[in-house]
Amino acid sequence: MSATESVINTPERGLWGGGVSPLKITYGKLMMWFFLVSDAFTFSALLITYALIRYSYRAFEGIPSEFVFSPDQWWPIPEKVFQAVPFLDVSAPLIFVGIMTFILIMSSVTMVLAVEAGHRMDRVAVEKWMLWTILGGIAFLACQAWEWGHFIHGAHGGSMVAEGTTFFGANLLENQYGPPPFADLFFFITGFHGTHVLSGVILNMIIFYNVTVGLYDRRGHYEMVEKVGLYWHFVDLVWVFVFTFFYLV
Amino acid sequence: MTTEEMNPPVVAPPNKEKIKKIWYTALLLGIITTIEFIIAFTMEASTFRVSLFIGLTIVKAFYIVSEFMHLKYEAKVLIWSVLIPTTFIIWLLIAMLIEGEAIFKVRF
Repeated sequence: MSATESVINTPERGLWGGGVSPLKITYGKLMMWFFLVSDAFTFSALLITYALIRYSYRAFEGIPSEFVFSPDQWWPIPEKVFQAVPFLDVSAPLIFVGIMTFILIMSSVTMVLAVEAGHRMDRVAVEKWMLWTILGGIAFLACQAWEWGHFIHGAHGGSMVAEGTTFFGANLLENQYGPPPFADLFFFITGFHGTHVLSGVILNMIIFYNVTVGLYDRRGHYEMVEKVGLYWHFVDLVWVFVFTFFYLV
Repeated sequence: MTTEEMNPPVVAPPNKEKIKKIWYTALLLGIITTIEFIIAFTMEASTFRVSLFIGLTIVKAFYIVSEFMHLKYEAKVLIWSVLIPTTFIIWLLIAMLIEGEAIFKVRF
């Protein structure tokens, strides 16, 4: 019966009759792309909120060496806020965040190499590169945990909030660096990105497990590695923007 | 897959050209990031510096999306279906900056 049906249906198929894939991509990858487009909107909304709020405060005008933290006068200069590195008591502006950027870009590279190995059905190479990617993700998360810890505890003498009162670090109501929304946006945007990294690492681990048990060899293709790779590159892409708007501008 | 013996899949040799391109893209991203650092430390803050940062970020984004995410090699329809919706972001950015300036004027 199914044979007759297919005989009836086949000649009906024109351009809009189904069976044509104009995007030349599988359903799973297409849906990943559209999910990423929607996620790009979410992150843009957050970063644009940062731009709006920053723009509605005074900017510090003057030489950076004379800059002081102030909760109500001006928005902080990023290189004065982010200048600590773990284990060393030195002022190294933006160095630590540079290392974080490097880690994330490298883990993106190892991910493409895993995808490339997947195209060749080379399971051992996929395992190797996926493992490096997962390690990179974990390293990034560890760096971010340290960065948050340092941001919350504060340093460099704190900031005067009232006569004789010094405030150290940051919470959602007050922070030593600048106007309250500065810390709120820092927590929300880097936190939201960190959540993406975390879920990316978890997804990578699941796919890594599936690779090691040979699931994709049996399936005949490594497309799941490509899909999770798309997500992972997107996380890297978002970091490129967070890095520019939070740490450089 | 119980006791049945699996045929080991055929492993193709590494695609040297593709791998070279991946590392080349990575190097490029690294160089652009270094340039951004140099600008951050040597140039005084100005609108020009901000636009330089944004320009370099877009270059980096282009390489990540086109090479790493492989979008450059997909069907044209797919490229446009991804890129056209993102132009709304530019509109939102402009609208919100105007709004931010209005709030600034009320506040100070």
